[in-house]
Amino acid sequence: MSEEPDTPPFSTVDINNDNRDDEDLFASAVQEVSLDPEVNGAREGLEKISISDAPPSITTSLSSPIMEEIATERANNIIITITEPQKIGEGMSSYVAYRVLTKTNMPIFSKHDFAVLRRFSDFLGLHEKLTEKYLRSGRIIPPAPEKSIVGTTKLKMTSTPSTESANGSAVAGSMQSQFVERRRAALERFLNRVAQHPVLCIDPDFREFLESDTELPKATSTSALSGAGVLRLFNKVGETVNKITYRMDESDPWFEERSTRIEALEACLRRMYGACEALAAERRELSMRTHDAARACAALSGADPHAPLSRALSHTADLHEKIEHLRLEQSNTDFYVLAEHVKDYLGLIGAIKDVFHERVKVFQNWQHAQMQLTKRRENKAKAELANRPEKIEQAANEIIEWEAKVERGQQEFDTISRVIKKELERWDELRLTELRAALLRYLDEHMKHQAQAIRYWDAFLPEARAIK
Amino acid sequence: MMDCVEDTNHDPLSAPSAQTPGSADPKLDKKKPNENVCLADNSLLVDISDALSEKEKVKFTVHTKTTLPEFQKSEFIVVRQHEEFVWLHDRYEENEEYAGYIIPPAPPRPDFDASREKLQRLGEGEGALTREEFLKMKEELEDEYLATFKKTVAMHEVFLQRLAAHPVFRNDSHLRVFLEYEQDLCAKPRGRMDLIGGLMRSMTTTTDEIYLGATVRDVNDFFEQETTFLQEYYSHLKEAVAKVARMTTKHKEVADAHIRLSSCITQLATREQPPTERFLTRAAETFDKCRKIEGRMASDQDLKLADTLRYYMRDAHAAKAVLVRRLRCLAAYEAANRNLEKARAKNKDVHAPMEVQEAEQAQADACAKFEQLSARAREELIDFRTRRVAAFKKSLLDLAELEIKHARSQQELFRKSLQVLKECQ
Repeated sequence: MSEEPDTPPFSTVDINNDNRDDEDLFASAVQEVSLDPEVNGAREGLEKISISDAPPSITTSLSSPIMEEIATERANNIIITITEPQKIGEGMSSYVAYRVLTKTNMPIFSKHDFAVLRRFSDFLGLHEKLTEKYLRSGRIIPPAPEKSIVGTTKLKMTSTPSTESANGSAVAGSMQSQFVERRRAALERFLNRVAQHPVLCIDPDFREFLESDTELPKATSTSALSGAGVLRLFNKVGETVNKITYRMDESDPWFEERSTRIEALEACLRRMYGACEALAAERRELSMRTHDAARACAALSGADPHAPLSRALSHTADLHEKIEHLRLEQSNTDFYVLAEHVKDYLGLIGAIKDVFHERVKVFQNWQHAQMQLTKRRENKAKAELANRPEKIEQAANEIIEWEAKVERGQQEFDTISRVIKKELERWDELRLTELRAALLRYLDEHMKHQAQAIRYWDAFLPEARAIK
Repeated sequence: MMDCVEDTNHDPLSAPSAQTPGSADPKLDKKKPNENVCLADNSLLVDISDALSEKEKVKFTVHTKTTLPEFQKSEFIVVRQHEEFVWLHDRYEENEEYAGYIIPPAPPRPDFDASREKLQRLGEGEGALTREEFLKMKEELEDEYLATFKKTVAMHEVFLQRLAAHPVFRNDSHLRVFLEYEQDLCAKPRGRMDLIGGLMRSMTTTTDEIYLGATVRDVNDFFEQETTFLQEYYSHLKEAVAKVARMTTKHKEVADAHIRLSSCITQLATREQPPTERFLTRAAETFDKCRKIEGRMASDQDLKLADTLRYYMRDAHAAKAVLVRRLRCLAAYEAANRNLEKARAKNKDVHAPMEVQEAEQAQADACAKFEQLSARAREELIDFRTRRVAAFKKSLLDLAELEIKHARSQQELFRKSLQVLKECQ
């Protein structure tokens, strides 16, 4: 909670200026949200009323999240693309840098479009900073892609610079380029999610990440093998133990219902991810086997003495080679459009669970304060019985102190509950739009693949007819 | 192992005199003249009207209609098992008269192990699947089983039809027994000992082949070319068959992978609000339909490409066998030559002794036999080439047409569901 992002909501944003890249996944989100400034204004008013209803003794650190809510309903006019992953350096000290392109007309940015070079750990650093700042207030922080030691090490060990991998789907199916491409896409989604979030978007660190030309200070703590990494691991273990052992008596039916729903959703999505991955893997394998079949056909055509048949067979081989690529593309569609989406979805669910857990922690603090207060009161009663005035006074002071803490704990709990509700609703809407878009895109791509297959076979038909 | 068969043979063979041209109905309404067989005349028509799968074995009901005078009736039905088909094939192979002919390859053994194994695995993994998925998988497997079954029957049918349509093979007495004799032919399924025997036999034939190939010098260019061609061609075909089969099985698995995805989406749908639920249910339906088309694609590929290749692999093998028989005949001829030389050398002084005469006779016989066989083999091999080209053309055309059809329906499916999904807000 270092800085208060209490910048006034950016009412001057020129939202009507339509986006250039309407193809983008997020375009639909941009369009669907009501952009009428009056509506937003009315909401602002409502929010303010509800805030003024709250007890007046809110500490500043608490007031900010509520202020932020004002902006919740607005979509941000910003689109981020990541291109040209390139390997920099050689050997173990090398890394992949990504070009982050931003296009926006939000006034908080000094330019309309700009580009920076960022490395993977910078992204993780950003994620960490955002988590530090906003998780405690109940924000769902979009998950960053995981660190993969195996993948990175492999990448570092290969000497060839794999710059062509950005969109080269047919690059000999090399694992490296696949790895980089997957990561690139994941990073792009991460940044766009952050950018679409009304609060996270205007965070100074995020802006610095997008805009600053200078290299960011290296986020050492994100390295998986560093001391901080180990420390974080310990923390994580501690948290997990806490999660398992501590059960909070849920008083809010909304939360109870939501968390069971989220759990169920997670289980279902996990299965679905498995299914998507299996499909993609089967199809990839099919593509490989098609390649083998094509080779065998080619060999057969070479051995065939009958010229027209030999020609037709060699065409069969060519055809199968084309189909091999087609199937690889289909597999990529299965993977990038569907499986990755589901995985993202799972990541978001993880983030939601984090937020829920944060709420439990706040609740714990509050309960702890409550217990301490009761204890102090007992102490005071004891002291009164024993008739020791100096102790009474001390106990009374402590009671006042703890009463304040209890109150603060309760407020904190209420606030986080409210923010979470708001966040979840926003997320619910977003996720459905995204799921829809992903499925539609998936079908559309597969339709194109089939059209391609028809073209291939159509071209083959006369060859088969030519056999005499 | 075939002894008992030989024994039982005698009674039906001994009574072929009863010449019943029957009701002499030359116009036979056969519905599906098989593509692989040229049905020039309808005097002997064979089909497998029914088949029954019992545990390990399959029983084929062989139905024959004929106008040939050698048969007792004009129409009859017998029940045969796979082993009896193999027995029939072996009788043809043994017969020296047919040495110059390409003998139609015996049908492959009914193999349901793959389906059965899958079914078993499915049973074991039942817990990991939802009920719905399990049922779909089971249905899918049953379809697969049925397809294999049909294919097996078709292969056995083709074998018999090729024999029946052949101007020489159709007159074979064993075929007549096979088609007519109502009892079991006692061709028992192979036991372990037989299997080892079979293995030994195939090993000796292979070594025989190699030995012959190394020792007997072929003087004829045509046959030399044919030998190298067939050898090479056979190995390429074998390779292609294996690869294409692997490809189609994988394609089938791709289709099956859709089942889980579809059911996952359905599950997801149940957790959502009505509009989304509708959307997701529709999407799941699309995946399910997509699976069916993919599955059909796979089975058509199997039927049109893999099976044609497979059939011609076996046919090429049969053609190779002709060449080996010819070589063997050539070896016999050369041996006869040597014998004659020897006899002549030994009996230089004697004037035209019996021994030389005999040897001369043997040599002349061997020569005639060899010449005849060579001429026949040449014809057959040329025929094999044209037959092959025609069959490949047909299969490739069919394959292309089917692929286009499936891809079209797939495309149409995606297009329609995109439309529906876009509408359902």
